[in-house]
Amino acid sequence: MNKLELMKTANEIRKGIVTAVHSAKSGHPGGSLSAADIYTYLFFEEMNIDPADPKKADRDRFVLSKGHTAPGYYSTLAHRGFFPVEDLTTLRKVGAYLQGHPDMKHIPGVDMSSGSLGQGISAAVGMAVSAKIFGDDYRVYTLLGDGEIQEGQVWEASMLAAHRKLDNLVVIVDNNNLQIDGPITEVNSPYPIDKKFESFNFHVININGNDFDEIDAAFKEARETKGQPTAIIAKTIKGKDVSFMENQASWHGAAPNDEQYAVAMADLEKVGEALCQM
Amino acid sequence: MSDVKKIATRESYGNALAELGKEHKDVVVLDADLAAATKTGVFKKAFPERHIDCGIAECNMMGVAAGIATTGKVPFASSFAMFAAGRAFEQVRNSIGYPKLNVKIGATHAGISVGEDGATHQCNEDIALMRTIPGMVVINPSDDVEAKAAVKAAYEHVGPVYLRFGRLAVPVINDNEDYKFELGKAITLREGTDVTIIASGLPVSESLAAAEKLAADGIQAEVINIHTIKPLDEEAVIKAAEKTGKIVTVEEHSVIGGLGSAVCDVVAQKAPAKVLKIGVNDVFGESGPAVQLIKKYGLDADSIYEKVKAFL
Repeated sequence: MNKLELMKTANEIRKGIVTAVHSAKSGHPGGSLSAADIYTYLFFEEMNIDPADPKKADRDRFVLSKGHTAPGYYSTLAHRGFFPVEDLTTLRKVGAYLQGHPDMKHIPGVDMSSGSLGQGISAAVGMAVSAKIFGDDYRVYTLLGDGEIQEGQVWEASMLAAHRKLDNLVVIVDNNNLQIDGPITEVNSPYPIDKKFESFNFHVININGNDFDEIDAAFKEARETKGQPTAIIAKTIKGKDVSFMENQASWHGAAPNDEQYAVAMADLEKVGEALCQM
Repeated sequence: MSDVKKIATRESYGNALAELGKEHKDVVVLDADLAAATKTGVFKKAFPERHIDCGIAECNMMGVAAGIATTGKVPFASSFAMFAAGRAFEQVRNSIGYPKLNVKIGATHAGISVGEDGATHQCNEDIALMRTIPGMVVINPSDDVEAKAAVKAAYEHVGPVYLRFGRLAVPVINDNEDYKFELGKAITLREGTDVTIIASGLPVSESLAAAEKLAADGIQAEVINIHTIKPLDEEAVIKAAEKTGKIVTVEEHSVIGGLGSAVCDVVAQKAPAKVLKIGVNDVFGESGPAVQLIKKYGLDADSIYEKVKAFL
């Protein structure tokens, strides 16, 4: 996909996020919207995956360590063809397979159940270390929140990843600067994030996580990096492209009502129309 | 008793893993800086490329094991029971139990027989914690023979398994030709009609010795070894309750939530009978030689004998 196609796809994925959360009347739109461009790039450009064969042995793996942003994950998988886009409105409903947090047992394309913060990165390290031991050449990607890295387990996993020289592992931090209780700088600052990963012997790349040129360059650089894992610190805007959600901690875990939903969709339509003019 | 062979079940764990590793190339063993104590060092030496020392980070180790399991390999994550079931409980629940991943947890140094290290390292709560996780199999072998068979059975079972081992050398009691380990199946070690002693793990051999003492007093105690606490052999428990009407459970674990509780769950619902639970009575352990602690906490043959007598 070229940059414009990726941007259009991300716009559709964002509409899916807002629609799913509105339908569920709960969920996490803010961090789903901030990471939508990263999701799009990973599933439409970067990863070796096949919606027709979601469990193929040599597929690249993805673990959503910040599992609460499942709406972003699900919308991406749906738009990529792993399951019908219409199913997004079943999110969080009784009996539905689209659980509040990723469930590998029931959702096509989900490689690991997650949701309890700090745990997904360990599973990703396990997948990457397994590939190294058994000579498999798939790559492993895991997406973390910037609040999530307050969890000590993230650093246990990072220490092991670098120690085992897992250059088949890419850790992406969605650095939207907000967590439930407010700005991460006010709650318990994890900054400097890049220096922390550097000191854990990661190759670190700082990017604007809402810019496809920078995302593309970072993942290419990660592929070229040998002998150590890569951490991509992606500066993003929480609630991206929905006017009233942008940079608002209150939209971390809240659903829009009908009126707000209409505004959100209008905002996203406007972004989509602008892209069609390009 | 000096001619009885004694082996700690943690030794059995290490030896069984080395055997398993030879036969099955998909076995991976993980440790958290305790390979020397969990006895997985044997496996590490034989298959260094399939051994991962995660360092002192048990929570991460459980997650790494989960990730390895998603790739179709069979990880055995090893640590002390206190850290495997206690510290990493939530990782075991959410990263292994919830996705029902094929991870085996080898938990050594369970119970008060840890000895001198004292209460911080004597886990008497692990069975209670592990058996509340849906789909988790919980095995508590009584000797070397059973422990080795349990490791093999755990490998063959697809799904999460918690294996509990001890630090103290215990008598080998199952080295007979008829011995057969079946997951979820109780083993009757001694026939009796007056009372049923249901034991698990280290106290099984002590319970057998207690039964001999009771026999000298004219009391015929049936002794049942329950190595699989989950899924529990309910049929065996019901049969015993209906046969003798009096059940004594013996375990090196808190009386809250372990074997005794599991047996009571069945008895109360399906075959009401009087039950006496022998175990660690809602207290923390302490430092001291393991054998002395077992006596102090009432898990030796003499104590079991006295308690059963008083119960009848």
